Amino acid sequence: MIRDNMANGDEERREARSYRKGFSLAVLLSAVPFALVWTQAFGRGVILAVIGVAALVQVVAQFRYFLHIDLSRQKREDLQLILFSALVLLIVVGGTVWVMADLGHRMMPGMTGP
Amino acid sequence: MTDRAPLHPGLNLGPRHGAAHEQAETVLFGFWVFLMSDLILFGLFLGTYASMANPMGRAGGSGPQELFSLASVAAQTGLLLASSYAMGMAGIALKHRPSRLVPWTLAALGLAVGFLALELRDLSGMVVAGAGPGRSGWLSSFFALVGLHGLHVAAACLWAVVMLAQLRIFGPSDAVKTRFLRLALFWHFLDIVWIGIFSVVFLGGLA
Repeated sequence: MIRDNMANGDEERREARSYRKGFSLAVLLSAVPFALVWTQAFGRGVILAVIGVAALVQVVAQFRYFLHIDLSRQKREDLQLILFSALVLLIVVGGTVWVMADLGHRMMPGMTGP
Repeated sequence: MTDRAPLHPGLNLGPRHGAAHEQAETVLFGFWVFLMSDLILFGLFLGTYASMANPMGRAGGSGPQELFSLASVAAQTGLLLASSYAMGMAGIALKHRPSRLVPWTLAALGLAVGFLALELRDLSGMVVAGAGPGRSGWLSSFFALVGLHGLHVAAACLWAVVMLAQLRIFGPSDAVKTRFLRLALFWHFLDIVWIGIFSVVFLGGLA
C-alpha cells in the first residue's frame, strides 16, 4: 500500500465535514416523515405533503454533500444533465400517472383512487 | 472551498494524484451519463407503480397496510444511508489516507449486505404469505421496482468485492483509483434512488 499523506489535513477535514453534514441532514429528513407515518399525528394530506417535501430536500442534500454538485462551480454539465433527466422524468412519469389515473377514473369510478 | 473547479461529480482526487485525476474527468462523466439513464429507468418503474397503487391494481388482494413493515423499511433506510456515508469516507481515504480505504469499503459493503438481507427477508415473507408478484398488478409493479433496486445494490456489492480484489492485486494504480471513484458514485446514486422508493412506495402506502 502507498503511504498516508498527512500534508492535506485541512482538505481532508473539510471533505469529511461535508459528508457528515449530508449524513446528518439525510437522517433528519428521513426520521421526520417516518415518525409522522408511525404516529399518524396529522391527516393524510399533511403527512403526504411532508413526505414529498422531505424527500425532495433530501435528494438535493445528497446531491450537494455526497456527490458535490452545486450551483457555484464552473463545470455545469453534470447539473444540466440532472436537470434534463428530471425534465424527461417529469414529462414521462407525470404524464403516465396523469393519463392512467384519468382513464381509470372514467372507466371505473371509485376503484382507482389511492 | 477549493479554488479549483472540480472536473467531475463525486469526490475529486485533485492534482496531487496526477494522471488519475486527469483521466477521471472523461470516464466519470461517461459513467454519470449512464447513471442519469438509469435514473430514467427507475423513474419509469416508479411511474408504473404509481399507476398500479389503487384498489383496482390490488385486484382484491392485500394492500400496503397488511404487507409492509414500517420498522423494517426504517432499518433498511438507515443501513443504506450509513453505507452511502461509509463509501464517502472510503473515497476520502482513497484520496488522503490509503490505509483506511479497505476498512471503510468493507464497512460500506457490510451495511449494504445488511440492507439486502432485510429486504430479501421482507420480499420472501410476502411471497410466502401469498402476496408474490403474480398476485396482482400492484404487486407485479412493486416487485419489479423494489427488485430492480435490490439487484442494483447486489451488483454494487459484487463490484465492491471486485475492487477490493483489484486493490490487493494491482495496488492503488490510476485505473483502480478511477474505478473506485465510479463505484462510489454508483453507491451514492443508489441511496438517492432509495429516497424515492421509500417515500412513494412505503411511506406513501402507509400514510
